[in-house]
Amino acid sequence: METAAIMETPKTDKIAVEVKDLNAYFGSLRAVKDFSLNMLEKKVTALIGPSGCGKSTFIRCLNRMHEVTPKAWSEGQVLIHGEDVMKKDPVLLRRNVGMVFQKPQPFPSMSIFDNVAAGLRLNGLRNKSVLAEEVEKSLRDSALWDEVKDHLNKPGTSLSGGQQQRLCIARALAIRPSVLLLDEPCSALDPISTAKIEELILELKSNYTIIIVTHNMQQAARVSDFTAFLLLGEMIEYGVTSKMFTNPGNKKTEDYITGRFG
Amino acid sequence: MSAQTLAAPSYYEIDLPHYRKRQAVNWAAFLLTGVCAALTISILFFILGYLVYHGFSSLNWDFFTKLPKPVGELGGGMANAIVGTFKLLGLATLVGVPVGFLGGVYLSEYGHNKIGFMVRYAADILNGVPSIVMGIFAYTVVVLPMGHFSALAGGFALGVMMIPIAVRSTEEFLRVVPHSVREAGFALGLPEWKVISFIVIPTAAKGLITGILLDLARVAGETAPLLFTAFGNRFWANGWMEPIASLPVMIYTYAIAPYDDWHRQSWAAALVLMMLVFITSLTARILLRERR
Repeated sequence: METAAIMETPKTDKIAVEVKDLNAYFGSLRAVKDFSLNMLEKKVTALIGPSGCGKSTFIRCLNRMHEVTPKAWSEGQVLIHGEDVMKKDPVLLRRNVGMVFQKPQPFPSMSIFDNVAAGLRLNGLRNKSVLAEEVEKSLRDSALWDEVKDHLNKPGTSLSGGQQQRLCIARALAIRPSVLLLDEPCSALDPISTAKIEELILELKSNYTIIIVTHNMQQAARVSDFTAFLLLGEMIEYGVTSKMFTNPGNKKTEDYITGRFG
Repeated sequence: MSAQTLAAPSYYEIDLPHYRKRQAVNWAAFLLTGVCAALTISILFFILGYLVYHGFSSLNWDFFTKLPKPVGELGGGMANAIVGTFKLLGLATLVGVPVGFLGGVYLSEYGHNKIGFMVRYAADILNGVPSIVMGIFAYTVVVLPMGHFSALAGGFALGVMMIPIAVRSTEEFLRVVPHSVREAGFALGLPEWKVISFIVIPTAAKGLITGILLDLARVAGETAPLLFTAFGNRFWANGWMEPIASLPVMIYTYAIAPYDDWHRQSWAAALVLMMLVFITSLTARILLRERR
């Protein structure tokens, strides 16, 4: 399908994620059909499309969370910084490819501090002062520090929804991944929290490769450099966001963006 | 204006005989369920009241601190049986909780297969095995090889009885932890065993403890499995290898004896045992309610 539209990115930028002929299945249902695309380092790539189009399934293939679901499997190739993810230990892969989910999911048994420290601590970091530094840095990076610095020992679940989501981002950042996957991070949040997270994404992209799934087209237009439009498991169009939203190459993309369906 | 006007049916147009019949059936059903609910709670209150009425007057300091007096002498207490019950429950916890807990973790985290189904089914059947049969089992595997009754055998019998409930309650409380919590753990690059040990289990901790407490409360009153394992003892039991006294067996022995003083002490022992169970399950309930 419109191979010309698939890759319109400058060749000089470094490729962070390279996907070749990726197919993902739930049992016999094919949820992702022959995806091939490159995503660039330290850029924000947005995936848009109506419910059930395979957005979440696709990004869950990138850190091999897809296979955690019973009966789910995939074929094809995903290279992250040149390494084939299927040949890597999923545990090690996920330390490099962080993920934030749709619903904020702080660990209920842990305090704010422990939530952010969890990844480091459970991966073996014992040094308390290093841990405290890392937690502070991650909370600053996720723009939550000022709101929680005086009650780091309160349970993570005591925060508001938007704060919880930024806590989850801090938790994901704490293990210093190079790629950050955001699976509809704002869909459970109010507009003010959403604005904060969007601001955060724009700040984070100077250090991280960000791939965001969103239902909200305006959000994709605001935060992303590249956008992929998916429909029923197929990639309809992929290209520079500004072009995609002003001059889409495909009729279906145009119909979706202008609100004619979806 | 050809449209037909649809008037709302007024009260008087309702089919009255049918309406009355419906109301009557409704009331009858409500009454029946209500009476049964009241019956359930009144049985508990009847037992509690009866125990307090008969047992409370026989409760005194001696009951908690003295050994039983020889046959024919009045007074004495059941200090050895109270301590014995705690020792037996402690042993039972050591035997039943590790097996039950880890078995439950297996079922919840890895048991979505035929083996899991079989284990679950086996646990349910084991739970239904009559307690006297559990006693015979403990008699065969512990008492016979050792050659004598012992606290160890009694604790083992109670511990085996705890396993099926511990397995199922552990599984249930771990299942309640949402899958998304596990996924969040995996997404941090944590291996499965760390996600289970440090994220899933702590999340369910209060429920898990509650399940164990209720399990303990259940076996605390078991008499049959102790009759030919722990046997009973009118003196202090040294260590774990001697026969040991326990409240349920003491209640049984004293209740069927022909002495009024023993009957009174039996009531007192029943009251103490009941309070023990009551406090344990109350603690469990409070713990559960404090869950966030």
